[in-house]
This record gives sequence, C-alpha cells and structure tokens, in this order.
Amino acid sequence: MHATDTTQDTQSAPGTAEQQWVEVCAKSDLVPDSGICALINQKQVAIYYSKRLDEVFAIGNYDPIGKANVLSRGMIGSIGDHTVVASPLYKQHFDLRTGECIDSPEHTVPAYEVRVHNDRVEIKI
Amino acid sequence: MKQRIIVVGNGMVGHKFIDGLMSNEKADEFEVITFCEEPRLAYDRVKLSSYFDGSSAEDLALTTEDDYREKGVVYTLNDRVVSIDKDKKTVTTAGGKTEAYDKLVLATGSYPFVPPIPGGDQEHCLVYRTIEDLEAITASAKESKVGAVIGGGLLGLEAANALKNLGLKTHVLEFSKGLMARQLDEGGGQLLCEKIEQLGVKVHTGKNTKEIIEGDECRYKMNFADGSELETDMVIFSAGIRPRDELAKQAGLDMGERGGIVIDNHCLTSDKNIYAIGECALWNNFIFGLVAPGYQMAKVAIDHIIDKHEEEFTGADMSTKLKLLGVEVGSVGDAMGQTPGAQCYTYNDGVAQVYKKLIVSKDGKKLLGAVLVGDTESYGTLQQLFINGMDLPAAPEQLILPQLDGEAPVGMGVDALPETAQICSCYDVTKGDIQKAVQEGCTDMGGIKSCTGASTGCGGCAALTKQVMDAELTSLGVEVNNNLCEHFEYSRQELADIVRVKQIKSFDELLESHGHGLGCDICKPAVGSILASFWNDYVLKEEHVGLQDTNDIYLGNMQKDGTYSVVPRVAGGEITPDKLVVLGEVAKEYKLYTKITGGQRIDLFGAQLHQLPDIWQKLIDAGFETGHAYGKAVRTVKSCVGSTWCRYGVQDSVDMAIAIENRYKGLRAPHKIKFAVSGCTRECAEAQSKDIGVIATEKGWNLYVCGNGGMRPRHGDLFATDIDDDTLIKYIDRVLMFYIRTADRLQRTSVWLENLEGGLDYLKEVVIDDKLNIGQELEDDMTRNLANYQCEWKTTLEDPEKLKRFRHFVNSDERDDNLAYVAERGQRRPATEEERKNRIPLVEIAD
Ligand code: SRM
Ligand SMILES: Cc1cc2nc3c(=O)[nH]c(=O)nc-3n(C[C@H](O)[C@H](O)[C@H](O)COP(=O)(O)OP(=O)(O)OC[C@H]3O[C@@H](n4cnc5c(N)ncnc54)[C@H](O)[C@@H]3O)c2cc1C
Ligand code: SF4
Ligand code: FES
Repeated sequence: MHATDTTQDTQSAPGTAEQQWVEVCAKSDLVPDSGICALINQKQVAIYYSKRLDEVFAIGNYDPIGKANVLSRGMIGSIGDHTVVASPLYKQHFDLRTGECIDSPEHTVPAYEVRVHNDRVEIKI
Repeated sequence: MKQRIIVVGNGMVGHKFIDGLMSNEKADEFEVITFCEEPRLAYDRVKLSSYFDGSSAEDLALTTEDDYREKGVVYTLNDRVVSIDKDKKTVTTAGGKTEAYDKLVLATGSYPFVPPIPGGDQEHCLVYRTIEDLEAITASAKESKVGAVIGGGLLGLEAANALKNLGLKTHVLEFSKGLMARQLDEGGGQLLCEKIEQLGVKVHTGKNTKEIIEGDECRYKMNFADGSELETDMVIFSAGIRPRDELAKQAGLDMGERGGIVIDNHCLTSDKNIYAIGECALWNNFIFGLVAPGYQMAKVAIDHIIDKHEEEFTGADMSTKLKLLGVEVGSVGDAMGQTPGAQCYTYNDGVAQVYKKLIVSKDGKKLLGAVLVGDTESYGTLQQLFINGMDLPAAPEQLILPQLDGEAPVGMGVDALPETAQICSCYDVTKGDIQKAVQEGCTDMGGIKSCTGASTGCGGCAALTKQVMDAELTSLGVEVNNNLCEHFEYSRQELADIVRVKQIKSFDELLESHGHGLGCDICKPAVGSILASFWNDYVLKEEHVGLQDTNDIYLGNMQKDGTYSVVPRVAGGEITPDKLVVLGEVAKEYKLYTKITGGQRIDLFGAQLHQLPDIWQKLIDAGFETGHAYGKAVRTVKSCVGSTWCRYGVQDSVDMAIAIENRYKGLRAPHKIKFAVSGCTRECAEAQSKDIGVIATEKGWNLYVCGNGGMRPRHGDLFATDIDDDTLIKYIDRVLMFYIRTADRLQRTSVWLENLEGGLDYLKEVVIDDKLNIGQELEDDMTRNLANYQCEWKTTLEDPEKLKRFRHFVNSDERDDNLAYVAERGQRRPATEEERKNRIPLVEIAD
C-alpha cells in the first residue's frame, strides 16, 4: 500500500482493530529512489521513497526466494504499470503496492500502508 | 486403420521427418515408430562442437522423450535395426524386437570413415560424430599434450579447433594439397592454411599416413608415405563420411557403386514401400553431407507418404559459410569452376590475407560459384545471386573488390531479392516467410528465430535474415529496435553518446530528457556506469545512489545471507607482512571468514552492514584502499614475481603490474576489467586470459587484448609486440576508452571484440594507426577520468550523512536476527537450511 504526503490530513483515520499506525522515522531518513529497513513490532519492514512519484512504499524485508532479509537493499523502478523493487540477491521483482512477486507470482511479501505525517513516516501494521 | 510408419535412425533428419509428419494436418492417419542406436533422441549434430564450449546434451537436444510421448511417437533407444524383410514388411533389431510397417523410412545417416591404417585402432585414436565421441575426446585430451587430426576438411578443422581449445598442441594432416578441398580452390585452401597456422595449429598437407606406432616422446608416432613422421598423444580421424547403408544392402535395395541408398525425386528407394532420406541417401549419384538437403528430403518424403505428390527433390545448394578457428570461409556453388566455359575473377590481398574468387558463366551474365577466405561479407549477396539465378551487375568484379573509403558498398540490397529467395537453407526459410513473420508481429531476431526457425541452424544466414527483417520493419514504418529496456529507446552506445555530447550528469536528467517511467534494474546501473565512466564522480552522491546495485551502494559484495565481503586492493598481489597482519587482526576481531581469492588478494566474508564502516576505517588507517570488487570496474592486475627474483624474468613484472593497477584503479566500465603482467614467456601470471594481458620480452612488452577466463574462456589476441612502457600505457588507454565508449551493457572485452565490426584488425587501426583520429581524445578522456579517482570507502567514511545508511535498521541498533553460522575448518560459514532447522550448534556472531 502507498500514500503520498498527507500533512493536511492531520486527523487521519485510526487503524483497524488489530492494525495500528506506528511512527517509524523522519521523512529525511528516507533515501531518494532507494530503500531503508525498519524494525517494527519485531517485524523487518523495507521502506522506499520514489522521488519522481513523491511516494513512499513499505513491504516486508524478507526475500522469500533468496531467504534473507535484504529487500530494502534492492533497486526500485517500474515494469509497465507496476512500481517494483528488484531483490539484490537474485533480481526477482516485487510489486511495491501489492507485495506480489512479478516473476514468480506464487511468492508474495506483506505490503503495508504508509503515510507521511508532520514529516514523520508512519506505517500501519 | 492407421498407416504404420517405421523410421530407422533418430538423427537430425529422421527427427525432422517425424516432427513434420506429426504436425501435418493428416497426422492422425499415421502411427510412428522409431529406432535409434544412440542412447538419446535426436540432437543438433551441426552444433556438436558447442559441447566443448559448455553446451550440455540437453542444450543440443532437438526434442524430448516427453514430447514424443505426447505426440504418440513410439521410440526405442540404444537398439539397432539389423534386418529388413521387404516381403513380410518387417524390421528386426539387435535387441530381438520385430515390428511390421506399411512404410519404412531409412534415416541412418553416415559414419566417419577410418582408413585402414595399421595401428589406427588404438585406444587414443578417435572419431568425431556423436556426443559419446566428444566425451571420449575430452577424456583422452586430459591425458594428452599433442593431438593430430587426420583430414583437413570442414569437420577435421572443427575437430582441430576443439583440440586447440582443449589446450593441446594441434596438428592437421591433409592428404591433398590444400585444406577444405571440397569447398575451396587451391588459392583459397592455401590462404586458409596460412591463417590457421598463425593461430598456432600446424598444418601438414600432402601427408599420407602409413602407420601409427608407439612414440618416443609422445604416446604415438605417425609415419607418413614420404618418410616423414610426427609424434602425437592422440589422433582424430576425420577423413570423410560414408553412408550407413548396410541395412539397405542386406535388404537388397539398389545401391550406388560407392555406397549410398539410391533414391528417386520422391526419396523412394527401389522398393515402393521404403524411403531413404538424409546422409544415407544417394540422389543423382550424389550424397549430401549437409543437413539442409536432408531436411528437404524429409519434407519430400512426407509429401509423398500423405499422397500429395506435390514436392520433388531436385538437388540442393551446397554453399557454406563458416568461421573455422576464427577464420571466415565461404564457398558458393561451383567453387572449383568445373562448369564448361566457366570464367573467373580472383582478388588476392596478401597483406590483409583476403582471398576472393568469382566463377561466372561463359557469357559473364550469371554467377556459378565463389570462394571467400578471410572476408565473407559478400557471402549473402553472392549466394542469393547464385541460387536465384539472378543477373550479375555490369562489372561483377566490384562484388569482390574492396571499397574505397566513402564509397557505398557494392552488393545487392535485400530489396532486390524475389520473395521466393531462400534466406535460410538449413530450415528452408524464404524472404517471404520472414516478411510474413514480421507482419505478424515478430520484431526482433529472437522472435524471427522462434517463429520461422531461420538462423537457428548453422547461423550462416543470420546477417541476411536480420537485413530482411529490418527492411520489412522499415517498410512497415517501424523503427528498428535495439533499445536498452522499456524506459529508454536507445542502445547503450547511443545513451553513452548522449551523455557525453549533452554533458548529462545524472540519471534523472537523462530520464527526463530521453526516457520515461521510473527506470529499472537494467537501465539504472547501465546509466550509472556510463556516468561514472565519463565523469568518474563519487558513486554514492545522492543523485547516483538509486542507480547502484546493492553491491555498489554498500561498497561490498552481498553474500547469500545478506552480509557482505570486504576486498581491499592489493595492487599486483604484492603485500607487506605488516599489512597481512592487519588483515588478520581485523578478520579476527570481526570473526570474518578469510580466503585468498583467484585475483591474488584476500577476501574477508560475513561482514554485517553496520560493521562495514568500522572495518574499512581500520583498513584505511593501515593504508589499504577499496578493491572495487563490487563494481563493474577495474578489478585486479595479477602479476608473477618477475625479473627481481625469478631467474628467467626479463622485465620487472611486479613493478609494471602495480603501476597499471594504480593507474586504472577505480575506472568504471560496461563490465569488470582484469589485467595481468608476466615477466617472461612462461606466462605464470596467465596474462593471455585477461582483458588486458602484458608479457615481458627481451625488448619490452607484448600486449594481448580481450582475453577472458570465467564462463567462456578466450585467449587474448596479440595486439602489439616489443613496445616500450609509454607505448604500452598509450595503447591500453586507447583500447579501454574505446571499449568503454562502444561496448554494450555487461559486455566483457572478449565479447565486445568478437562483435566489433572489423574485429582485431579494426581495433588495431583505431588504436595503433589512429584511423579515426580519436586517439588523443581517448587518451584525454582517460586522463580526465583517472584524475577523479577516489577511494570510495575513504570518501564515505568522511561523510557522517553517508554513514547513516550503514545500519540494518533505521530505527534500532539491533542486528539482523536471521543470521546463523556453523564452524568449519576453524572458521565460520552460513548455516544451511537443514542446519538451521536441526539447530546444529551455531557459532557466536561478532556485534
Ligand atoms: C572472490 C572470488 C572467488 C574466490 O574466492 O577466489 C570471486 C567471487 C565472485 N565472482 Fe568471480 N571471483 C573471483 C575471481 C574470478 C576470476 C579469477 C581472476 O580474476 O583471475 C574469474 C575468471 C577470470 C575472468 O573474469 O575472466 C572470475 C569470473 C567470474 C565471472 C565470469 C565472468 C565472465 O566474463 O565469464 C562472474 C560472473 C559475472 O561477472 O557476471 C563472477 C562473479 C563473481 C561474484 C561477483 C558472484 C556474485 O555475484 O556473488 C562473486 C563475488 C564474491 C564476493 O563476494 O567477493 N566471477 N572470478 C574471486 C575474487 C577475485 C578478486 O580478488 O577480486
Ligand atoms: C561435427 C559436425 C559438424 C557438422 N556441421 C555441419 C554444418 O555446419 N552444416 C551442415 O549442414 N551439416 C553439418 N554436419 C552434418 C550434419 O550433422 C548431418 O548432415 C546430419 O546430421 C545428417 O542427418 P541424418 O539424420 O541423415 O544423420 P545422423 O544425424 O547421423 O542420424 C542418423 C542416426 O541413425 C542412427 N542409426 C544408424 N543406423 C541405424 C540402425 N540400423 N538402427 C538404428 N539407428 C541407426 C545413428 O546412430 C544416428 O543416430 C556436421 C556434422 C558433424 C559431425
Ligand atoms: S565460481 Fe561461482 S561460486 Fe565460485 S566465487 Fe565465482 S561466482 Fe561464486
Ligand atoms: S542457413 Fe543455416 S541457420 Fe540459416
């Protein structure tokens, strides 16, 4: 899931029963057109910022094919209409909006909602 | 009732027949059984030699057992048909099976002829026809140093090439006066001979082997009729092929005087229920030793069996074009000029070593044949003029004369060809077929290949096929596509030109002005490398970060568990004891696994992201620099100890290696670049397997270029001899910059050179003769680039902002909890899945 800068949306909707918006880091901690990794409730989450789209994305950091916590260190880009990250290990592409692996759809990684709120990055988890 | 067809032999032609029949609309009227003596179904014998380049039996396979089962084809492998009962219409195999047929197709091919030479049946005397033969050759070559091929025909030279690539000193023994006597005239054969000798294969013509006896220095000694002798460890017979007609002979079918099963224009033998196709068949007193005529026969036989009777076999074009041991050879039609009244034009360039001959009809209007050695560019044109019986231009000699600069090449545009012109003779694909495929949506060679089969056989028609495709695309108004990826409608070279000419300094700028979308893992690193090659900026500048592979971003190679390796530069492989101690201490402190690399330096494995800066700080303090093991960049300059210590050394190879490594370190390129410097001709640094290889001579240095180890090894080509230090550096500057400017993405120098039009000679013209007048520019580019060198680790460590990236988590100091290691031989390595599950004692990880 994704979100653009929502600073005007100050009283944004609360999460569902189980899911909560969690504040993770400053927007300035994001690296343009690249990824970082955050530890949220003992889960590793990869967060990317596309400067061109001015959009932030978040998916699980664990690469189910390479079997290692590396997706935050992959390269982002587009394939047709999909915005994707290529795993740095074996280069499969994961859709940043849905978590689906485009090269072998039997694999998916979790995809999280993100928003930027008062210059802080928040993730619903 | 279905008609029962038995096909004896499942080689290239037998399979073609089965495949054609099963994909015919009347396929369900037939039941097909095939017997094959070999242990596998049909494979591509034409590409057999690629087995030595790493192709597996599966890669060569033309079909699979599953495919046959699916189509209902019954097959027996490893069993030979030994007799035919024409009256009962049955065949019987050596394994004791008897099967009845309605129609029988003999596709038994041929076997290599082994002349009855005393001693010719010893263990290391082999032939070259099947995958098993190649396995035997590989095994024998392992125990041999010298190899001899008897027979200098097409197959003999392929065998010689294989032996040479297997590292043997190779000899070719030919009975007649020249090589490829069936395809080339004397002049052509002689030039081929000279060229092949320059490549290190010794050719002996006019040699008639009398006996093979025990050798003095090698395993065998061959004695020749003229009294001379040759020592060799192994022998490959390639003295021609003979049709496998023993079965037909037993059945009493009509045979040719010198063998071969006689067939008519429908491929029928003297028995109306038996056909023969491929290399075992004799048509018009002629055996066709090529696959294309066999495929035509298969088509004709199918046509006859399904009762269509439309097609006839009326002979076949035996033109050939190939590259033997790197030498281009082409032969069209009546190359020997045996047609009565034939006249010829000859062009012989002894300097450039090019030989071309045209044979034309008495009235000078039609082309009868041609011979090309050393330059086959006009092959496509000539072959088309020949097979389509087209009129020659007014001055036919222009077809083989070299063009002066600026003149348009003489030839025949593909537009001039009729639609029926056969472009690919292996798969009988016409110009019309290719045009149709393009119209139906094939817009690249991959598509054309899978759709029409063109250029998937011997490959000789690839250039012409592409021309037809491009012409058709152009006429449909489509631009011909060699785009880098979906985001840029330019090739790598075009993008490089744009970057250089428009002085573009970032990916975004380029994407904005010349591309679309967000980019991807293909174009980003490619553009990153172009930018770095021209401007050599710090790769982790904010605008470049997103372009780099993880290896480049974190300045280390990612390992399977997400940790990194640390490879400091050890220029020339020379390292002081003090520096060795530092490496040992750092490795101990961080519990890193250590190993000496194949590039004469030391790799420290298993560093976690957050440890990298600390580790590198310690290394840099001790005087190390980054080794760029992570980049498409200059890697190592391997050296041997050279004249300072070695009693044979003639120059100081270590000194030169260190100078070269320090000069080019940090240089980014389309792919990695490796060098080596050897101190004498013994070549202990293996310089001939490197992109740039330097070997010391008494007078200076010999420079080799475009070698490769790795996946497809290639020996470097000798580029210049006995040059001094300055000339050496000048040539290396120019070669590398020219490579960086013109190579494709991820193309090593070896592949680049092989694809460079004009090849080595052209590269020499550009670099040594400065034909393009860009020598100075290339050197200036290099100087500018090298002036910007920086140790990326040093720059990174000086910038606290950049260091922020070297943490596993942005919001926590914990480390990745997925890492697990076990101890082995006194060090640690990543635990396997199995070991993780079973909780094998894991070792502690340094924080
Ligand atoms: C570490 C090392 C093996 C070793 O333990 O000895 C090694 C390790 C890797 N090699 Fe290599 N190669 C190493 C020497 C070689 C050599 C030998 C040499 O350089 O003399 C070769 C053959 C020579 C050549 O390149 O022509 C070699 C041919 C390859 C190839 C095939 C390249 C080719 O064009 O055929 C690849 C794959 C590629 O680059 O696409 C490759 C790729 C790799 C990669 C990058 C694979 C990967 O993606 O992980 C490995 C990275 C290891 C790491 O984390 O550092 N490695 N590799 C060697 C590092 C040398 C160094 O000091 O930098
Ligand atoms: C190294 C090499 C390179 C070549 N390069 C080229 C090239 O560049 N261009 C080109 O056009 N041609 C080339 N050829 C020739 C080409 O491979 C042959 O023309 C083609 O394979 C002939 O096909 P075929 O089916 O007639 O014979 P094969 O492919 O030989 O098939 C015959 C099969 O029948 C089997 N068989 C024979 N007798 C029996 C029996 N009694 N019972 C059961 N099975 C039997 C054999 O074991 C064999 O498997 C090359 C050949 C070689 C060896
Ligand atoms: S040969 Fe293969 S496994 Fe060995 S280091 Fe090179 S790439 Fe890795
Ligand atoms: S002519 Fe051999 S592949 Fe086309």
